[in-house]
Amino acid sequence: MTSLLATSVATRLVHLSPIDVVIVVFYFALVLSIGWYLRGRANTGEDFFMAGREMTAWVAGLSFLSANLGALELMGWAGSAYQYGIMATHAYWIGAIPAMLFLALVMMPFYYISKTHSVPGYLKLRFGEPSRALSAISFALMTVLMSGVNMFAMAKVMQIVLGWDINFSIWVSSLTVAIYVTLGGLRSAIFNEVLQFFLIWAGALLIPILGLYEAGGWTHLKLQIAQRASEQYVHVWSGLGSFSNNPMGINWFGIVFGLGAVISMGYWTTDFLVVQRILAAKDIRSAEMAPIIGAGFKMLVPIIVILPGLLGLAVLPEKLVPESVAAVTGAHSYNDVLPLMLARYCGPGLLGLGVTALIAGFMSGMAGNVSAFTTVWTYDIYRPFINSKSSDHHYVNMGRWTTVIGVLISVGTAYLVMQFASIMDYVQALFSFFIAPLFGTVVLGMLWKRTTGPGGFWGLLCGTLSSISMWAWVKVDPSALRYVALSPHAKGLAQDYYQALWSFIVCVVVTVVVSLATKPMPDGELTGLVYGLTEVPSVGNLPLYQKPLFWAAVVTVVFIALNIVFW
Amino acid sequence: MISIWFFIGVSLAVNGALILAAGIYQLVNPPVSSGVVLYNLHANVWWGALLLVFGLIYCFKFAPGRQA
Repeated sequence: MTSLLATSVATRLVHLSPIDVVIVVFYFALVLSIGWYLRGRANTGEDFFMAGREMTAWVAGLSFLSANLGALELMGWAGSAYQYGIMATHAYWIGAIPAMLFLALVMMPFYYISKTHSVPGYLKLRFGEPSRALSAISFALMTVLMSGVNMFAMAKVMQIVLGWDINFSIWVSSLTVAIYVTLGGLRSAIFNEVLQFFLIWAGALLIPILGLYEAGGWTHLKLQIAQRASEQYVHVWSGLGSFSNNPMGINWFGIVFGLGAVISMGYWTTDFLVVQRILAAKDIRSAEMAPIIGAGFKMLVPIIVILPGLLGLAVLPEKLVPESVAAVTGAHSYNDVLPLMLARYCGPGLLGLGVTALIAGFMSGMAGNVSAFTTVWTYDIYRPFINSKSSDHHYVNMGRWTTVIGVLISVGTAYLVMQFASIMDYVQALFSFFIAPLFGTVVLGMLWKRTTGPGGFWGLLCGTLSSISMWAWVKVDPSALRYVALSPHAKGLAQDYYQALWSFIVCVVVTVVVSLATKPMPDGELTGLVYGLTEVPSVGNLPLYQKPLFWAAVVTVVFIALNIVFW
Repeated sequence: MISIWFFIGVSLAVNGALILAAGIYQLVNPPVSSGVVLYNLHANVWWGALLLVFGLIYCFKFAPGRQA
């Protein structure tokens, strides 16, 4: 994301007509109206923080997906598709689908029946207060800082794409989010995320449709990409035999185990930002179906993200360049490919819808961060450590105030980043430190009853410290990447994937060793929290087509087929 | 309680109507130079119409009065 902002382009990429402005203004009016309408339905803790736990599978599933479908991600991965070709699809397929299905079928029953309010809340039940405190404080801090970083990043993108003033973008978007989340709580955030999902598809789907028409279809597109870049750009797996055979500088082992088995598992199963949406489901079947529905749509997202990047390679007359080159030459960078394609095909009205989709993506991502921060602060920090004896009404008020304060801290972070751009690198890196070890801790806690409280705490701490150490090592000595990623040909993404893999291994090894050296927890304390000691609730005697397992199998078959077709 | 799908229907219908209106205006008053590739396909007309129809179906199906 940092590279997305490296340039300061004097000329805007697109110009909005009056009808486009009307569409953008209508979006703001609608989200505020939804928040206002829902204000009376957020009076209890369960309503404000958990949306009343009454979301259907479709609403929870689309919200779960939308919380991750931010505008910066869309633009960043479209740019990656231009830079690396169709291999960027790994972020949406192996980097998401197995983890979503694992969450649905293996982990969600434990989250759901423990009736926890959060992932740190589960850690408290399973490992005790120290693990919860470590997880909650790190999550709250990083979430609110990331929200600020994203806020600044999006304001910068709006400046580059539309020529909008940065202060205007920051304050209008943050105040809007603060108002509708404060009024309606998580329910309001979820409703707006589902709305955003539809707006993104409505605003972005036209680009691949018209792009494929212009390129002459998929076969002609592949030929044009092979001529302008390389034939390797249209293959997902075939170039991953070694680090040097593909533009990403990674191999299949790093993709499968680093990205697929650790990073994506960590993100999709333990990052409370997304898991909170599933916890709001109305029953166990909905909680299991929601990630499966999310996975089904996640497989389709490359149509509106990766395909426009590939089309940019084929049809754009100019050649896009890395951010570092764009900053010097003033040319358009890889990350400009999505707005360039938007401007290429979209006239008045459609352009407004496309821009609205970007704004909606940003705002719902920010609302997701803020609502998750609010819940973790109130239930996992304020209530256990500061004030444990107040009424439910008091905690709801605390949640509302925390929403406002969280937004203000985010705004402060955005201005801090504006002054010291390097802070963004550190905040983003910090966030990545916790994901992989946290997955190790949670999954061991759920699947192995011998895991003890001290084992969970020290495993989480050592895994996190190992991740920080590897990052600092490569920061000080970039040539150290060859040792972290096990190859002299490794490039940037390989560091992320292998760093996550190593920190996960450290976490698991330390957890196992410390657990075996400490006193086992009594089985009675683990009921409802650990596999083997918990009667997993049944979804009921349903027809086959209504069972989560059936739809998980369908998604798995499609996932495998897609990887083979685009091998 | 008003269904989320109703709000989505309103959003799609209003956006569709605005885009369709902009497209029809351009059909009646063609710009000298649109600057848009494949302008001849008039995407804002048919895409706007599609969103409008889709939105109206949602508005009707999930209208507050029709909810149980």
